[in-house]
Amino acid sequence: MAVLTLAQAITDALDIALDNDERVLLMGEDVGKAGGVFRLSNGLYEKYGPDRVIDAPVAESGIIGTAFGMAVAGMRPVTEIQFMGFSYPAYDQIVSHVGRIRSRSRHRFTSPMVIRMPYGGGIGASEHHSESTESIYAHTPGVKVVVPSTPYDAKGMLLQAIDDPDPVIFLEPIRLYRSVKEEIPVGAYLVPLGLARVLVPGDDVTIITYGAMTAEARKAVAILKQEGVSPELIDLRSIVPFDVDTVVESVEKTGRAVVVHEAHRTAGFGAEVVAQIQERALFSLSAPVQRVTGWDMIVPLKRAEHHYVPTAERIVAAVGKTLEE
Amino acid sequence: MLQILTPEGELVGDPPIDVPMTRRLYRAMVGARLYDRKATAIQKQGRLATYAPFEGQEAAQVGSAAVLRPDDWMVATYRDAAAMWMQGYPWELLLAGRTGHERGGSPPDYVNVLPPSITVGAHMLHAVGLAWAERLQGNDRIAVTYFGEGATSEGDFHEAMNFAAVHRTGTVFLCQNNQYAISTGLNAQMATDTIAQKAGAYGVPGVRLDGNDLFAVYWAMKNAVDRARGSNGPTLIEAVTYRIGPHTTSDDPTRYRTNEEVDDWRSRDPLERVRRYLELNGAWDEEWQKHIEGEESAVVERAVELAEGLNTPDADELFDSMFAEPTSDLESQRRLLESEGG
Repeated sequence: MAVLTLAQAITDALDIALDNDERVLLMGEDVGKAGGVFRLSNGLYEKYGPDRVIDAPVAESGIIGTAFGMAVAGMRPVTEIQFMGFSYPAYDQIVSHVGRIRSRSRHRFTSPMVIRMPYGGGIGASEHHSESTESIYAHTPGVKVVVPSTPYDAKGMLLQAIDDPDPVIFLEPIRLYRSVKEEIPVGAYLVPLGLARVLVPGDDVTIITYGAMTAEARKAVAILKQEGVSPELIDLRSIVPFDVDTVVESVEKTGRAVVVHEAHRTAGFGAEVVAQIQERALFSLSAPVQRVTGWDMIVPLKRAEHHYVPTAERIVAAVGKTLEE
Repeated sequence: MLQILTPEGELVGDPPIDVPMTRRLYRAMVGARLYDRKATAIQKQGRLATYAPFEGQEAAQVGSAAVLRPDDWMVATYRDAAAMWMQGYPWELLLAGRTGHERGGSPPDYVNVLPPSITVGAHMLHAVGLAWAERLQGNDRIAVTYFGEGATSEGDFHEAMNFAAVHRTGTVFLCQNNQYAISTGLNAQMATDTIAQKAGAYGVPGVRLDGNDLFAVYWAMKNAVDRARGSNGPTLIEAVTYRIGPHTTSDDPTRYRTNEEVDDWRSRDPLERVRRYLELNGAWDEEWQKHIEGEESAVVERAVELAEGLNTPDADELFDSMFAEPTSDLESQRRLLESEGG
């Protein structure tokens, strides 16, 4: 066992994957000599060389398009897009080819590849550096979209994503890179994709979230517990596939639910969660399901960002609304 | 502009292939034209979705594909059926896609040809990654990508040329400059005189040639493929040709070009000049022409039967094709469709 931050857990997973499987390579802007903009591939260029840790030209479509070709020809590319807000030039490759080739060719060709994207706000970054637009990718057939929130999950899910026979978009919560640490196993282990996890068991209300918002939700849980409320906190960990069974099981128990994400509100993934709760568990509900989300606006810059990114206080308030009924 | 065989069938350079090989490729061009005309005809009967004919571009496609090793990669477009067929993609599967069946995108296991790209430009990058991966795996398989002059306006052309050049991937960029991107002519597409000259901006050799000249195409492609296989990097080939037919069966080319222009290009037909060359060399007569037309026609007719005879996909095939194992989301959607009587 070793105590690692979420960032270190990802580096560890990349190192293990490169070491264990010759088909694995890393490609992205500045992932080689510089070790990545967040230093997550630190030391890997020196260890595995320029053919396996590839500093790509500054061209996101080029990175994803060539990695797609590599995957079709038998490699297991792990690509890094520096920030989710820089992924849009590559969106055409993802929606038009990466997510389609298996279906288009009826399994004759496949593109097993990982697209890593640091995402999310709360760090006071420049414009485009705080995006949380996972709904775009969740709405794109043929790709999985996963979001770890703990070092243990980050390592095990990344290794699983690299092993997955299909393309996986792997979202990394920037805010949690170095703010969470925990003891995790040394060496390889896998965490299945597509399964939610109950982070805190409880009886009164279900809080459903993922990624960086688990941190605010945990704070909200602490406040609510002091107030005598027993919330159950669920980390989805994956939005495609979406583990609706775990959510429904919890809501059937608590009768109340709040969905939290920092993505824009309209057509955010929370809308899907709410829709599926009402399809499956409407008559278990004692109150309308609430959403705590970012707004339909450009993520504000540092000085006004607090108006946008959901906080523990907003989550507590939303839980309060469900308890009023 | 490089030319070896004139429209009159006369040599102005050394032919890169012998007469028996020229006969084989002539026969392939005849077969391709029969396929193209058959597909156009049955589209008009409503048996195919929109079809993009390639008549006039047979030498560019057949002459280039003939250079490849059977295991080389090809990433081409909706107008490159002749090249794909040369590389082993069966006519019936090319037709199946146009009849509206996804199984048309699934060539046999030994054929390393991706299903045709419908969107313009993005596929060029795939040929860079394919060739790159082969080198990383210690193989000398190369990748060729086919595209039109219109695709060079896409950003992915730039990214693909640049990635291939920087990492010296074994990729051949074969541009069939057929003068029109649907209705948009060269002058509205680019301000350069040629496409080949764009190669210089990437540090890549660029070659411009008469794309209706089988020998010029073969010669340039041979050099490019040898270069790629020898780990010496990519080449951009501009094969200057002409799309005799419409962009697709939905297009009306009389809106943007004259009959005189089409007739002028017909006089430079890629098949006719090889036929004249073979005749001059005593390697063509009408009896042989009838014989090969009969045989190639039968192959095309059989392909139409096979394509139209494919079973309609059931819903399970759709749900089962998205991932190696359907996700829980897809499984619940499959049950939903069943419950709704679908």
